[in-house]
Amino acid sequence: MIDIGLGHYLTLGAVIFSIGVIGIFLNRKNIIVILMSIELILLAVNINLVAFSIYLGDLAGQVFTLFILTVAAAEAAIGLAIIVVYFRNSGTIRVEEIDKLKG
Amino acid sequence: MIAHSIFFYTFSLIAIVSAIMVTASKNTVHSVFFLILDFISISCLFIMIGAEFLGMIMLIVYVGAVAVLFLFVVMMLNVAQQKNQWFVGQQSSKHIPVGLIISTLIFFEIVIVIGGWKYKPEIFDINNSFAQTSISNTHSLGQILYTDYIHVFQISGMILLVAMIGAIVLTFRQRAGVKRQSYIKQISRERAEGVEVLEVQSNKGVKIDD
Repeated sequence: MIDIGLGHYLTLGAVIFSIGVIGIFLNRKNIIVILMSIELILLAVNINLVAFSIYLGDLAGQVFTLFILTVAAAEAAIGLAIIVVYFRNSGTIRVEEIDKLKG
Repeated sequence: MIAHSIFFYTFSLIAIVSAIMVTASKNTVHSVFFLILDFISISCLFIMIGAEFLGMIMLIVYVGAVAVLFLFVVMMLNVAQQKNQWFVGQQSSKHIPVGLIISTLIFFEIVIVIGGWKYKPEIFDINNSFAQTSISNTHSLGQILYTDYIHVFQISGMILLVAMIGAIVLTFRQRAGVKRQSYIKQISRERAEGVEVLEVQSNKGVKIDD
């Protein structure tokens, strides 16, 4: 319990990942919170990669985390732009009311 | 070792609680602030474990750019007023059990995988990794990032460029009634439509506006 090992970091990553998945499922407010939950999931993946990289002594995990960070930033920018355009066209971003595609 | 565990539990507790608050808080602005708190505590964990460069990059990229972008969009779209709680309405209530079941299933799957793992004993000894070497984390990361991973690095730059162009193109709109400079109009002007040669008689003058 006192000795912090690799398992502690992996468990933290699992907990944050699950919270992100819960956020995607339970959210009825607006789609921005869903984007934030996706950011939480990517954060959990980053925790796992960095913990493995440190404990195995291999720097490739940290390089990979850097690229995940890049892709996450690009995804957030594009997603927020799409949300802004949708809000401008339809006046709402509530998850229940986004049903133009009738999916 | 005691200090390590104290800091780990503190930061991870802050991270988990703020992650729960991101999804649970009613006000979207509050959940953006909890997201910022989450990123800060995780980057503190990264710095503590020995990945200083990634921790600092996380602070700069997430807290400095992404979270502020979220905050900007939330305030611009004025969605903070859209009060709609989780547990009201008959539509939302049937999503809750499904979501809870699926996410607890995912969590226990991950925990079973982690718990059933047989680790090598030297993995738990953090002292034998590169934390003890004289070269710093940033230095060693740069040494492999610009040599072995140079192509991937360039591709990630291209991804950022595409994202920037995409965001600009998506949110660009032309309003009516705004005067703009039109280069093609300026360049394609001919002499005939801009200049008129008149015979001016003495003591008469020229009437321009008619």
